[in-house]
Amino acid sequence: MDAFVSLVNGLSVAIQPMNLLFALIGVLLGTAVGVLPGIGPALTVALLLPITFKLDPAGSIIMFAGIYYGGMYGGSTTAILINTPGESASMATALEGNKMAKAGRGGPALATSAIGSFVAGTIATLGLTFLAPYLVDIAVSFGPEDYFALMCVAFVTVSATFGDSPVRGLTSLFIGLMLGLVGIDILSGQSRLSFGVPELYDNIEVTTLAVGLFAIGEALYVASRRHIQEEKLEPVRGSLWMTKEDWKRSWKPWIRGTLFGFPIGALPAGGAEIPTFLSYSTERRLTKHPEEFGHGAIEGVAGPEAANNASAAGTLVPLLTLGLPTSATAAMLLAGFQQYGLNPGPLLFAERPDLVWGLIASLFIANGMLLVLNLPLVGLWVRLLAIPQPWLYAGILVFATVGTIAANPSPVELIMLTVFGILGFLMRRFDFPIAPVVVGLILGPVAESQLRRALSISLGDPMTLLQSTISATLLAIALIALVLPFFLKGLGRFKAVED
Amino acid sequence: MTQFRKGLWRSALAVAAVAGFVTSAAAQMELKIMAPAAPGGGWDQTARSMQQALTQSGIAKSAQVTNVPGAGGSIGIAQLVNNSKGDGNQLMVMGYVMVGALLTNKSPVTLEQTTPIARLTAEYEAIVVPADSPIKTAKELADALKADPAKVTWAGGSAGGVDHIAAALFAKAAGADPTKINYIPFSGGGEALAAILGGKVTAGISGYGEFESQIKAGKLRLLGLTTPANQGTTDKPSIKAQGVDIEIANWRAVVAPPGISADQKKALVDAMDKMAKSAEWQAILKQKGWEDSYVSGDVFAKILADEQARTKEVLTSVGLVKS
Repeated sequence: MDAFVSLVNGLSVAIQPMNLLFALIGVLLGTAVGVLPGIGPALTVALLLPITFKLDPAGSIIMFAGIYYGGMYGGSTTAILINTPGESASMATALEGNKMAKAGRGGPALATSAIGSFVAGTIATLGLTFLAPYLVDIAVSFGPEDYFALMCVAFVTVSATFGDSPVRGLTSLFIGLMLGLVGIDILSGQSRLSFGVPELYDNIEVTTLAVGLFAIGEALYVASRRHIQEEKLEPVRGSLWMTKEDWKRSWKPWIRGTLFGFPIGALPAGGAEIPTFLSYSTERRLTKHPEEFGHGAIEGVAGPEAANNASAAGTLVPLLTLGLPTSATAAMLLAGFQQYGLNPGPLLFAERPDLVWGLIASLFIANGMLLVLNLPLVGLWVRLLAIPQPWLYAGILVFATVGTIAANPSPVELIMLTVFGILGFLMRRFDFPIAPVVVGLILGPVAESQLRRALSISLGDPMTLLQSTISATLLAIALIALVLPFFLKGLGRFKAVED
Repeated sequence: MTQFRKGLWRSALAVAAVAGFVTSAAAQMELKIMAPAAPGGGWDQTARSMQQALTQSGIAKSAQVTNVPGAGGSIGIAQLVNNSKGDGNQLMVMGYVMVGALLTNKSPVTLEQTTPIARLTAEYEAIVVPADSPIKTAKELADALKADPAKVTWAGGSAGGVDHIAAALFAKAAGADPTKINYIPFSGGGEALAAILGGKVTAGISGYGEFESQIKAGKLRLLGLTTPANQGTTDKPSIKAQGVDIEIANWRAVVAPPGISADQKKALVDAMDKMAKSAEWQAILKQKGWEDSYVSGDVFAKILADEQARTKEVLTSVGLVKS
């Protein structure tokens, strides 16, 4: 009950008019930067830090948290409407969301993503309130071998993003894995596949790859098909809002997405991308409408969006209880605390309860504000699709390029964006799925470095992977997920023969 | 035509010279400070703090901060050396980490090409173990290393960075073979801290600030800091005073482009000297918890050269730089 009393006290801090105003500014700014690809919440908070120095600590930290949550909302809007994921965590949303938008169901897609984000954000913030002290012990006990096992589960399950042909899917995945090798190897400090180009030392930026493949590739593809057949986009077909059927198909993915997002987000090396992919794959397996996947299934938007927002709340668990920043944005929030001489960690809850609980309470408020802000805008946003195609795609090209350049002002980054755009065009032209490339770039380096760390700690003994309970369990899940489909298929064939 | 051009060129030079004289004489410099890293990191924070102190104390009329991120500063320094030659208003923040990064990245541009101005701050490295570890002192850790360096696992920051170098120096001082240390680099402080708290590694090594709140909360045991022997206190013991001969600090400094005149260099050093003494800068140091380690001019140039030589030796001994 302690947590509950503290939360009520926190609410009294959060509803002070100044703090409400800060939360509002935060969510507005966050939504704006989330929309622009490349410029994320981390960069925004970094640039605001020196300006907010003179403000009251509670107010500015509440604003930073608003930016964080707002960024998660904004990223999904562009992912759905123009296939340009503003953040790598919105990539899974783009897969089905953009298909829905093209089929005139942009309204329901945006609505399920906004409501799903709200539901997930609220549940996850409740989790943060009540479970943080317990979760953090589990999170810290996750060692490199356990992360490697988690990556194995992710690799096996993301095959759902492969499309219809496993060979093409695997080809795409391996392109991504190869791109993941570029840059300085974290364990040995040596550069790989960077050919002496200093800009490549820092690895390939996920957003540059995602924007290049998704947005630029698509714009080129549409341009190449234009004289063959005019694709007519219908901004709205059917209801602008979610139908009863949409609600029925959305609520379970929201809950499941939250269950993926919150705990994985709370892991020090969990991140937001893995839970969104896991959620997408799960929904694809569990759906009653498998024929719709790949053509705009609402479950494929609802789940990943919920996972995305829940992981944002999860990230705050190690940040507030241990002072562990586990994402770029969390690191900036930490810097925000430190600028007031506050050190998040076990002592912060005792030393400044007003601040911690004020922050948690304002997360609930920011979440509500985002829902109220975003739902009425759905009608406006979908009008974007009514813009004539040449203008729309020219706009996307400018938008994608400006975002990338703003985040990393270097000609090499632009060349990479262009190369990835052409790659995306060719892959689309020859029917290779593009999502696995990004999946490979995100998961590959993590899996590699965690495996090598685990082996380094165990002095080269591979049995370490099975000696940890968490790791052994996760590896078993991965194995079952890998073998089961074949087994079931075999059983089906066996039955067919019997008939 | 050529005559006309020459004349134009000359008068332009004259105007520039006069303008340069006037600005430096009035001590109203319009400085540009480059942080060779993305916004938010240590170098960026240093640059922005300098901006704040320089403008608020009136030492400079303006100070513009630019970010040139990438490859541990290799991209920033290349830009400074190639594009800002002779620019007496340009500064670049750098630090000990850049010394190692330039060596491991085999950068074509080196620190010798820059004009050293001043060292500003320093942070000592702390060695910690989980609270339930049997190791209680730095000496015990040294003994464990001497027995079998591979069995002592270290968690710290990136390969070739200051944490890695400090671990290698510690092993060497302990009488163990530094090439055999089992150093596990983690990206970002959070991940390394989680591995130490979870008892996955023997010891952790990083700047004291990274561990401070965990040490105070009793979750980590501080074995010591890499401070000089006479600077140890009861809650922050010096490792050197415990008999392991190691002294290293992660410092941050500013350098200017190559090819600036002696007057320009003097103006920059003077500006930094004034800034270091200003109340504004001292307030920032206190608020950020940065140790003041100010030295300027030739003293700093000497330190920079020494650190480069030592770092090269250590990195060669751990196999990150081929000699």
